[in-house]
Amino acid sequence: MEGIIGYGAYIPRNRIKVEEIAKVWGADAPSYKKGLMLEEKSVPSPDQDTITMSVEATKNALKRALIDPKDIGAVYIGSESHPYAVKPSGTVLAEAIGATPDVHTADLEFACKAGTEGMFIALNLVASGAIKYGLGIGADTSQGAPGDALEYSAAAGAAAFIFGKENLVAKAHETYSYMTDTPDFWRREYQYYPQHGGRFTGDPAYFKHITGAAQGIMDKAGMKPQDFQYVIFHQPNGKFPFRVGKMLGFQKEQIEPGWLVNKLGNTYSGSSPLGLTSTLDISQPGDMILLVSYGSGAGSDGFIFEVTDRINEVRERAPKTRDLLSKNVNYLEYGEYAKFRHKIRKAD
Amino acid sequence: MREVAAIGVGITKWGELWKKSLRDIYVETALLALEDAGVDRIDSMYVGSMSSGLFAGQEHIAALLADYLGQAPVPSTRVESACASGGLALKQGYLEVASGMSDVVLVSGVEKMTDVSGNEATYALGTAADQEYEGYHGITFPGLYALIAVAHMEKYGTTREQLAMVSVKNHKNGSKNPVAQFPFEITVDQVLNSVMVADPLRILDCSPITDGAAAIILYPAELARKMGKPVVKIIGTGHATDTIALAQRTDITWLNSTYLAAKSAYAMADKKPEDIDIVEVHDCFTIAEICVTEALGFVERGKGGEAVEKGLTAIDGKIPVNPSGGLKSKGHPVGASGVAQAVEVVKQLRGDCCDRQVPDSRIGMTQNMGGSGASSVVHIFERE
Repeated sequence: MEGIIGYGAYIPRNRIKVEEIAKVWGADAPSYKKGLMLEEKSVPSPDQDTITMSVEATKNALKRALIDPKDIGAVYIGSESHPYAVKPSGTVLAEAIGATPDVHTADLEFACKAGTEGMFIALNLVASGAIKYGLGIGADTSQGAPGDALEYSAAAGAAAFIFGKENLVAKAHETYSYMTDTPDFWRREYQYYPQHGGRFTGDPAYFKHITGAAQGIMDKAGMKPQDFQYVIFHQPNGKFPFRVGKMLGFQKEQIEPGWLVNKLGNTYSGSSPLGLTSTLDISQPGDMILLVSYGSGAGSDGFIFEVTDRINEVRERAPKTRDLLSKNVNYLEYGEYAKFRHKIRKAD
Repeated sequence: MREVAAIGVGITKWGELWKKSLRDIYVETALLALEDAGVDRIDSMYVGSMSSGLFAGQEHIAALLADYLGQAPVPSTRVESACASGGLALKQGYLEVASGMSDVVLVSGVEKMTDVSGNEATYALGTAADQEYEGYHGITFPGLYALIAVAHMEKYGTTREQLAMVSVKNHKNGSKNPVAQFPFEITVDQVLNSVMVADPLRILDCSPITDGAAAIILYPAELARKMGKPVVKIIGTGHATDTIALAQRTDITWLNSTYLAAKSAYAMADKKPEDIDIVEVHDCFTIAEICVTEALGFVERGKGGEAVEKGLTAIDGKIPVNPSGGLKSKGHPVGASGVAQAVEVVKQLRGDCCDRQVPDSRIGMTQNMGGSGASSVVHIFERE
């Protein structure tokens, strides 16, 4: 059977608080804190991008998988902030971890679900027998326009998963995708910041697709919300995952271990994959986990995993996600943040 | 002039109707009114719509909607008077039937507001203010009504809590209205702690952005009696204007256009404020309802806040105000609100309002207002 053989996370150490952003724009910080359940978000350093964070997360995944990178047959990075418009991210990563040249790679983009797309393809290539190991990554240095609601959540982080058929940390029992053409959030070529449809991003977009995918995969597997120890949903803000969980019949306790957004922000393609890493960090053999991503445009990928005995063996081999989130953090003022995010540039 | 009766009404669920276009919302509502009236043809129609151009990129909707309702080639007229467009459409329809020019007239209001962003909607609504002397300085409607609120609080001692109580009352009524956009109750604390919009008005003091329509069929009362249906007549209509810019008024706490429109309607109907059993008013902001109840003569000047606090305007109070939930809870598709007020009053007078029915209502009133009170339209209805 196929499944996850190694997983790893990476979160930059810089943070900015909601109050610090709100202060600059004269906005009401309590409404973001209470209304959207956001406190602070991660910020990449000036020299960090989707590729560097993908490398960091993959190195952590390799520490848990303990395989020869040469045996990885496919590398997929899902992101909406690939540093180059033309030139792959995946080639740099594959070279950096020593997987070249006998490897297939592709960069994926589907708003916030590009990460789970990479996981979906890598996992199913492994299942088909075409490759021995596959690597799927979700990573983003998310963009949010200055002063826009997105600026309070757009964050940076990466999660990497290596899939194989032996020495599984988590068996993959089921996958399912649910997709429609729903334009709730987009960024055109040459635009730096995305645009969004405001409240339209809620009911007809996020909620419709997550409930569609979650219900679809549970029906396919013949399972109910009570059959899962944990569930991870895409986390554009703090409130939505709990609300969609309630709509589907999940309890708060099933969601909380993978709910990172209040301190992390929305890492776009990294969001639900990072939630899966923090959930695996605390899970026990036999636990059933449901993962449902969401990407604007719009669609959701669903996965059902069953944690194996090997989790106890690999857990401590790489940094745990909640440690990355809480330790060694560096708080930025808005000016530094603006510089780090290239919102202001030094004169030549 | 002939006596005029409302013989059919139609309204459908209001809210963020992303799956329906302007014409869908209109047609389904108008068909309900035709069905309720038991008619399959009309002689003429009026459509109240404030800004279908800015909200939906569509002008010429009078012809469009007649076409999509399958009623072309009847004459169809669009009426615009900002948020009073619906009320004014009703007045025009009334005049057409009263004059004998037409027998069956469909009056409706429609607005599709959620196809644009919040900023674009705010701009569209802002065009109802004086663009050169108000809009130019950056003020939008929450700001204008906030100025009225501050002045009312300073002049009459109206409290922040009293403003909140308007919202709480209207949500309580709206919680029993199946078509309301926000059919749930809220508390004073929730209002006081909601997001600040324009000091002192918070988001729960403000009516929402809504997609919706409402429709009503007018017919000569004499012919309606022969149909054997409950006859609800329009017995008074009043319409007045005021300075479009708030700054031009001598007293911004006083809605003179509402006062004058009501005066005309009372005179025409030969009624006094004490005769009115229920009233639907234009609570676009909580302070608006307080000012309107004063201008309509239900309470003394400056006592509108006290009235809501004492429960005089509650559904079981001396003068039930906004039994439908008002603009706050039911929603505010700007061109449709004035017609929806009439729909509610007709249903109340017919006894069709189930849980929110005000018992033994015979005489009802509607007050619909454009801008910060530059236009007001008042109607008085009576069930025979």
